[in-house]
Amino acid sequence: MEVQLRDPKEVMKLSRLGSFHQSKLSFLRSFLREFKNWKYKRDLLELDENGFGIVVYSFRKKKRIYSLICFANKITDQERSDRVIATKWDAAFTLFDGIPTKQDIERLKKNVPKQEVGRMSYKELTLSRANKSVRIFNYVAECLSNGQQPDKNKLAKVGYLYRTTAVYGSGKFGLADRFRIKNREEIYGPFRLEMMLVYLVRQFTFDQVNHIAKSKNPKKAVSLDPEISRNLGIGNSTGLGMAPFIVNHPLLLNNWIMAREVALKKIRQIKKINQSDVDLIINCLKSSQKNIENWNTESDYQLSKINHLKKDLDLLIQYFLTRFDYKKEFSYNDLYIWARKSLGSECLEFMVSVIMEPYEKIVSPLIKTMSADEDMYFTIPINKTISDLRNILELNYTDILKIDFTQKENNQNFWFISKNKEEPRLANRFKDNGSELEQPLAIARDICQLYQRISNEKNSLTIGKFLMNNNDLRHVIRRSFITEKFPYAEIQDNTIGSKLMPIDMLRLKLSFFGAVKFDPRSDKWLRICMFQGAPLPNELKTTNDHWVYNLIN
Amino acid sequence: MKSFSEIDTTVKRASKSVGFDWGIAEELGKNIRLLEMFGLPGLKNLNAYFKIYRQKQFQKISLISKINSSNIAYCPIIAGINFLDQITNLEKMDEVGFENMSFPLLFIPFLSRSTEIIGKRIFLNIDGKEFLLNFNQSIYSNFLSGDIIELAKIIKVKFIENKNTFSENEWQELYELSEGTFVEESEQLKKSAAGAGLTDND
Repeated sequence: MEVQLRDPKEVMKLSRLGSFHQSKLSFLRSFLREFKNWKYKRDLLELDENGFGIVVYSFRKKKRIYSLICFANKITDQERSDRVIATKWDAAFTLFDGIPTKQDIERLKKNVPKQEVGRMSYKELTLSRANKSVRIFNYVAECLSNGQQPDKNKLAKVGYLYRTTAVYGSGKFGLADRFRIKNREEIYGPFRLEMMLVYLVRQFTFDQVNHIAKSKNPKKAVSLDPEISRNLGIGNSTGLGMAPFIVNHPLLLNNWIMAREVALKKIRQIKKINQSDVDLIINCLKSSQKNIENWNTESDYQLSKINHLKKDLDLLIQYFLTRFDYKKEFSYNDLYIWARKSLGSECLEFMVSVIMEPYEKIVSPLIKTMSADEDMYFTIPINKTISDLRNILELNYTDILKIDFTQKENNQNFWFISKNKEEPRLANRFKDNGSELEQPLAIARDICQLYQRISNEKNSLTIGKFLMNNNDLRHVIRRSFITEKFPYAEIQDNTIGSKLMPIDMLRLKLSFFGAVKFDPRSDKWLRICMFQGAPLPNELKTTNDHWVYNLIN
Repeated sequence: MKSFSEIDTTVKRASKSVGFDWGIAEELGKNIRLLEMFGLPGLKNLNAYFKIYRQKQFQKISLISKINSSNIAYCPIIAGINFLDQITNLEKMDEVGFENMSFPLLFIPFLSRSTEIIGKRIFLNIDGKEFLLNFNQSIYSNFLSGDIIELAKIIKVKFIENKNTFSENEWQELYELSEGTFVEESEQLKKSAAGAGLTDND
């Protein structure tokens, strides 16, 4: 049976993309699968009694070594901030390519804690910083120093000891350019070294809290229970900085979504289903019910989504228990058709993630397709004609062409780069200054303008000639031709309208990272948790890949 | 050291800031990255050009001909963009000339990328400085100073037909050597070693 890929006009709507969940394709999970057989080691721990100092961890296999260098610093409570405007953090990290020398560590000690205003070199691969959770870090240290384990319920409300506030890679601030390392097989999946950094930072948080407790009360202190540690992840606070990424990297966006859609299509095409595979899915769904109960947020927007998810998840489990017949051919396709009619977006996309769990053979080959060589499709095909372009616009931007940008509400916002932090921001065109410096992220508006501009041009006119007088629309002409080959390259929505929820853009990206527990703090930033429930480094070899659905206390 | 990613981003933003459209700014980010990767002083030349870009007037050519001459110096970026966009027509001219172009080094990456589109090398002569642009894979040049070139009086762009750098005789000599790795087949091997069926058309 041939199942069609889902229509990009359905999948690429922001409300749908903002309902995506982590899956077997997510980068943190594929990172763990790739590195499970690497040798993990804590190479150095030089912390004072308050936990300040340097710690180094490494992953190695044959001659390849990656080292995480952690710098833990003293800051005051007033200095601690998750916002990008902060200049000091509880800890700062860099992932080093190889084994750092003493000179490297001295050089990095002066630069890594400064983050954006420091300078890295081509020897460093990723850079990050993190802040302690004020709610629980000191509490955990106190409990451990008194010989007690912390209250699991208290920990469950937070989910992590530290929260990262940015993770940088790919040449930022002097870090190694991607091309220097792109041929390494172990990092073929996107953001793999960023995931390694975050994973090792998680281990640092446990080592640091144990060290502080032990220093405080050497005789009585106990170490954090491994089961409790496993159920703690790393928090992350993410603002608008991440949103333009998915607009600026259309090919990468396509490849991420395409991998997910191909996985779904192949699962729907499975003719004969094993009972054990269905059992695994049902177990994951049931475990998720408890985890979703622990999904805490004060956001009305997210609470409403969680409530719908809970209700629909009950329906989905009921469907599996009462109507799903694994003996019948193509039952996953029947399931999908039912789910599309009966479930909201949040649960539909949750189901798409969960049904991938048993199918390593389908998912695994797709991981390597999720990177992109964007330069290959950068050059505009100048010999194509206006007729070709018109066809692409009418076929791939159908809904976008219906948006009326003369209406104020459709044109309300503009994206800009803040002078203060060189980070993307969103403002109201009719109230705030700076719209003349708008970033090229109003794709829907510019596509409409392009469509209007070509309406009076001859069909046979080549794009090369059209560009002679229309270079102001060059950026969207390039994108249009990218969508011709890559159907999931474009968000099928207006990114400057009054109804825009920027957190939908953030959530899309974070779901591919493998984040859980999305907790919007406004419509422009949210907190999430990564690696919660993940095996500890010394357990990597023996843990199965479905850890993410394990019950988290 | 600045990474190529930083160069790309900063050049793109700077280009927009001096007045180029976003689509052209994107091209410039990639171009300067390319020049720097090939060891040519792209950023230095762009910076010098942008310092005078708003004060001076430059000829912004749109339709490129076989011979292009102007009293006002050509803008290398607009000339480059249009060269790239018109490359399939220009290729037919065998040779294209420009007289009077500012900061001609900034013109080079557009030509380099054009070679990839047409699948032919381009030989470029800028007042005696020679560049061979190879399918956007490399740039071979006798210009090694790393200086800023503010103005070119004469630029010649020559499209090089695809042909080998060696003679048929030289090829034959090498081919004969390569035959030293082949095995002489017996009649039996001729029948059995290829793995085909017993009849040719079964």
